[in-house]
Amino acid sequence: MSRATPAKNRITAAVRARNAAGQGAFVPFLVLGDPDFETSLMLAQTLADNGADALELGFAFSDPPADGPVIQRADERALAAGMTPAKAFDLIEALHRTHAIPVSLLVYYNLVLQFGVDAFYRRAAAVGVDAVLVADLPPEHAKDAVEAARSHGVAPVFLASELSPPERLERIAALAEGYIYALARVGVTGEQTDVDPNLSAALDRMRAATDLPLLAGFGIGGPEQALAARRAGADGVIVGSAIVRRVAAHLDDRDAMRDAVAEIASTLAAAAHTTL
Amino acid sequence: MKHTGSYGRFGGFYVAEPLIPALEELEAAWLDAREDPGFRAGLDRLLRHYAGRPTPLYRSPTLSEDMGCHVYLKREDLLHGGAHKTNNTLGQGLLAARMGKTRIIAETGAGQHGVATAMIGALLGLEVKIFMGSLDVERQAPNVQRMRLFGAEVVPVDNGGGSLKDAINEAMRYWTEHIRDTFYVFGTAAGPHPYPSIVRDFQRIIGEEIAAQLLEEQGRLPSAVIACVGGGSNAIGAFARFVEEDGVQLIGVEPGGHGVASGKHGVTLGAGRPGCLHGSISYVLQDACGQIHEAHSISAGLDYPGVGPEHAHLMESKRAEYVSATDDEALDAFAWLSRSEGILPALESSHAIAGARRLADRFGPDDVVVINLSGRGDKDLAHAMAALERRAGE
Repeated sequence: MSRATPAKNRITAAVRARNAAGQGAFVPFLVLGDPDFETSLMLAQTLADNGADALELGFAFSDPPADGPVIQRADERALAAGMTPAKAFDLIEALHRTHAIPVSLLVYYNLVLQFGVDAFYRRAAAVGVDAVLVADLPPEHAKDAVEAARSHGVAPVFLASELSPPERLERIAALAEGYIYALARVGVTGEQTDVDPNLSAALDRMRAATDLPLLAGFGIGGPEQALAARRAGADGVIVGSAIVRRVAAHLDDRDAMRDAVAEIASTLAAAAHTTL
Repeated sequence: MKHTGSYGRFGGFYVAEPLIPALEELEAAWLDAREDPGFRAGLDRLLRHYAGRPTPLYRSPTLSEDMGCHVYLKREDLLHGGAHKTNNTLGQGLLAARMGKTRIIAETGAGQHGVATAMIGALLGLEVKIFMGSLDVERQAPNVQRMRLFGAEVVPVDNGGGSLKDAINEAMRYWTEHIRDTFYVFGTAAGPHPYPSIVRDFQRIIGEEIAAQLLEEQGRLPSAVIACVGGGSNAIGAFARFVEEDGVQLIGVEPGGHGVASGKHGVTLGAGRPGCLHGSISYVLQDACGQIHEAHSISAGLDYPGVGPEHAHLMESKRAEYVSATDDEALDAFAWLSRSEGILPALESSHAIAGARRLADRFGPDDVVVINLSGRGDKDLAHAMAALERRAGE
């Protein structure tokens, strides 16, 4: 795929539009249904109104081994409030009634399996999901999911890390569409104070394997790390725990929660959108 | 990866990308070690002189009379550490040292795998961290003390329900964060490939010895091998030698808890559905959406909502069958064997005895049944005595 070709995928297009202006994309993350359906919808709208170029939305899972404590708690809150994958799709449908923002999903494979692999991607496409990353589905086991995703016009997204050797990156690039989720650190989700010094070299290796946008995520806690990830060569940043922490800090006051999420989103968006 | 770790439609390595290189490194090291006679000889020496193998195969007179056939107990309770877990931790510990890792981590439920890992860490001079659900830290206090004496750090896990599955999640997170210098000593025959194969291979010695000992004593192979199944490591170790021997029935006993109808049980194969948990496809206790249920069992070591993928395949291919025994039946067996033969079985192994006694009708006087007594019950004393007293009061 040449960079001059207009991207079919809305997330790819949104990132490329930022990059064309010398900026990076800002993709904040929320767990759908955290702390409840209505509040979560309000938070997704808030992010869309405060600089998000796309949203990454997580489906709450009881056993998320790729997530640190902040996202785990969010999953627990959403599940306690009765969240299910079916309701999560409804939430995205509701969001898209007011906001046309591109959406990528972050899920664990058991939720896809139990929904039915084809049914999952069909429903995702129907509610306007542009891409799906299944956190615990490596390319070796992704045949069914990738086929279903493609047949419904949803981009299958994969993780790549600094530990992924070149031949593995080729394999990931051969299946991935939309963007590559470039792990900004080797570990689980959660805010860090520094960006991994190996990120730049890792992004270079990924760049050699794919033309897709490289969105850096895991561990980007604030505007400094967002900027550092951009300088390391990321086309955009995905920020989860730093957003979700604001949700957790204001569970007893929805207005304060919205204000805190709007504020951190604006700050992070400004950093991501900085022209380098 | 050289292999996908498939058992029929089960198995695989469903993990996030950062763990893939670690699993590849582990698989390569394992394939290499397995072909190295020096590795095997070193392990055999430790199994014999440190851990006390071979363990006896003991003909139980009261069980034989009770069941109307020849019943033998494979005495893994006499292995150093008090359970079969040592077979696996010695093997994986040597593998970790061979790979140059300086730290080993493990999850533990009943504490037996944690103790066995801590023991091996002390022996090999490796730093040890054990992840244990906070509930289990409470109900298995003597094992926590043993781990600490062996120099291990015990990390209580409060996430989720604070049980074995949550300890596994936490150990996987820690491993992901410390992938370069840390070896994850997985305790059961589940998890992502290559763990189910590695654990099966290290536990296979149980069935190998059963075959050799029974051939020597009775000149024949057993009619049936019976073992308890949580994740399934002692069972797969007892079964593996006999999978190709059609005349040998393979019977796993799952923890029935308060009974399947109560919803409080660990009958993963009998009442679960295929799903993806902890890195592989197997049977899983879950709701309609795929959220994982908490398992329940009086025995912490069987309290797991997943099961090894090879067991799922053995069940679906009808090579093995899986029954269950409730908390009450296990407690009865625990008290009964203690009283009748002076052998204090682990509550886990008590399920195998309870399951065997329930199936007694299918065996005749010429049949030879081997029950894997996977561990000793000292660790369960406080918990089991309280349960027995509670029951006596009702």
